[in-house]
Amino acid sequence: MLKKITEGPAGYMPQSAPSMGVELAPEGQALLYGNIVSEEEAMRDAARALLTRDNPTIFPGPQVLWDWKDDVADKAAAILELASEIPNCKIIPMPDYRPKYPKIDVKAEINPNHPNLTILDNRIKASIFVGVHCHYANLSLRMIRAGTDCYTIALCAYMGHEEAMASIRDLHASTIHKFKEIVIEERNKLGIEWEPTLPPENPSLQKEDHAALSPSDYGEYRSLIMTRKGEHVTEVE
Amino acid sequence: MGLDIYKINPEFKDIMPREIIELEENATWSTKMNKPRGIKELPETKELLEEHSLCAGCPEAAALRYVLSALPKPEDTVIVNSTGCTSLMFPHIALHTVHSLFGNQNAVASGIKRVLEWRFPDTQKDVVVLAGDGATVDIGLDYTLQSFFRQEKITTICFDNEVYANTGGQESGMTAKGQVFKMAPTGKKFDKVPMWELATTSGCHYSINMTASAPKAVAKAVREAILIAREIGPTYINLYTPCILEIGLSANEGLGEMKDQDKDRFASYKHISPEAEAYLKKCKEEGLL
Ligand SMILES: Cc1ncc(C[n+]2csc(CCOP(=O)(O)OP(=O)(O)O)c2C)c(N)n1
Ligand code: SF4
Ligand SMILES: [Mg+2]
Repeated sequence: MLKKITEGPAGYMPQSAPSMGVELAPEGQALLYGNIVSEEEAMRDAARALLTRDNPTIFPGPQVLWDWKDDVADKAAAILELASEIPNCKIIPMPDYRPKYPKIDVKAEINPNHPNLTILDNRIKASIFVGVHCHYANLSLRMIRAGTDCYTIALCAYMGHEEAMASIRDLHASTIHKFKEIVIEERNKLGIEWEPTLPPENPSLQKEDHAALSPSDYGEYRSLIMTRKGEHVTEVE
Repeated sequence: MGLDIYKINPEFKDIMPREIIELEENATWSTKMNKPRGIKELPETKELLEEHSLCAGCPEAAALRYVLSALPKPEDTVIVNSTGCTSLMFPHIALHTVHSLFGNQNAVASGIKRVLEWRFPDTQKDVVVLAGDGATVDIGLDYTLQSFFRQEKITTICFDNEVYANTGGQESGMTAKGQVFKMAPTGKKFDKVPMWELATTSGCHYSINMTASAPKAVAKAVREAILIAREIGPTYINLYTPCILEIGLSANEGLGEMKDQDKDRFASYKHISPEAEAYLKKCKEEGLL
């Protein structure tokens, strides 16, 4: 198979997949490396990537993280089942699309405006995007292809994503179950032994104790809180 | 809708970042508060404005926080904004905002307000315009005034920094006479437009000119203006939020500049129509103020 869309890094501002001639898969089919294939073929390749590459991670987005519609609970349960069948799989959420300044807690979340930071810091080589609104998924997937060597899988409730290595469309909880079964099959074929285990909890950073901060904690930004020459800041707000 | 979108799916509670869980648990939505939220909630609340990409010490960022803390019903408020330094903050707040084409904000807000009234006849939805002086008084003046003439039930807040800040310092109608900027090297030739007076003559039931030097005063004005816009008609707040970058002040000097102007160009002006005054009295009795 000619791979039109592969793992990156493709370099800063790569040509977009649609402009390279990749079209979305029709109903009932899927995309694999930019080619239209059967859903099963795409799922098998994606499963092998998740099983053989380092630090497989699922990135759920707002459409499954927030409790806003009746069917999200089923999808969420299915995602957790899938995660527990992938050895050492983590879940890092994308709850919020607002850009994060001055820095993001890369262990705790991923952000569509700079998704590469979370991928690079955690050395993630295979990932699943699920429940991310399409325009933000496109943005993230292309940035990840530009700047990292991560294999990306889009599980999309709508028409799928050209920028992902593997893209499944019209996702329901049953589709996730099917994917899970394929993961188990491929895992057995590869001879990997694994007991279903839920991914670890979110390792959010502790809240900063402002009372214990000193200007040096602000690193290169300390000049901002020390505006006058000779003035020493002992207390910070 | 509304609040429901801020409920975390229980399956995913333990993989959510702590700050998002705190947003769900502690957010100061009106339904959770037994009295209106206010300035005192500012340091604690994630949804108000945690981080922003404006210049360090920019008074616009502080003023936006005061405004947000004073919204009577944040979850049922739509903020319409326009291009400018202010618009850089909107991606960071957890409230409904609509970014409109530069200058069109009052027209867009009028449409939103009317549709919301039609779509949610039983829910009070507040529409607040928040834009710079360039957007409100120069390029968008037509839309601003027309919305007052039409008696649209919206609140217009102008962040008056007396300059087109976001495009690098051109003079606006709100610039004081004689002021020199990077891109207005010969100085402004005519006087500052008294927009608060125009608002009064154009039919606003509440018009106020003030600086953002006193958080509580700003919050009070915002709350009054929004309540009046709900029931009576258009309201206008002209808020001085100096562009410290363009007038050459450092990060900690914005407050001092506002305090100085409290006595000068922004000496307080307040107009309130008799019906609005009577309505505010009623609001006070009902504990809304
Ligand atoms: C239709 C349109 N015209 C012009 C611009 C360019 N523009 C962007 S920001 C800006 C100035 C904003 O000034 P102001 O409204 O005073 O806001 P400030 O940046 O001072 O807060 C202008 C003219 C634009 N974005 N859109
Ligand atoms: S340019 Fe001026 S108005 Fe804009 S963020 Fe900086 S200080 Fe604030
Ligand atoms: Mg301005």
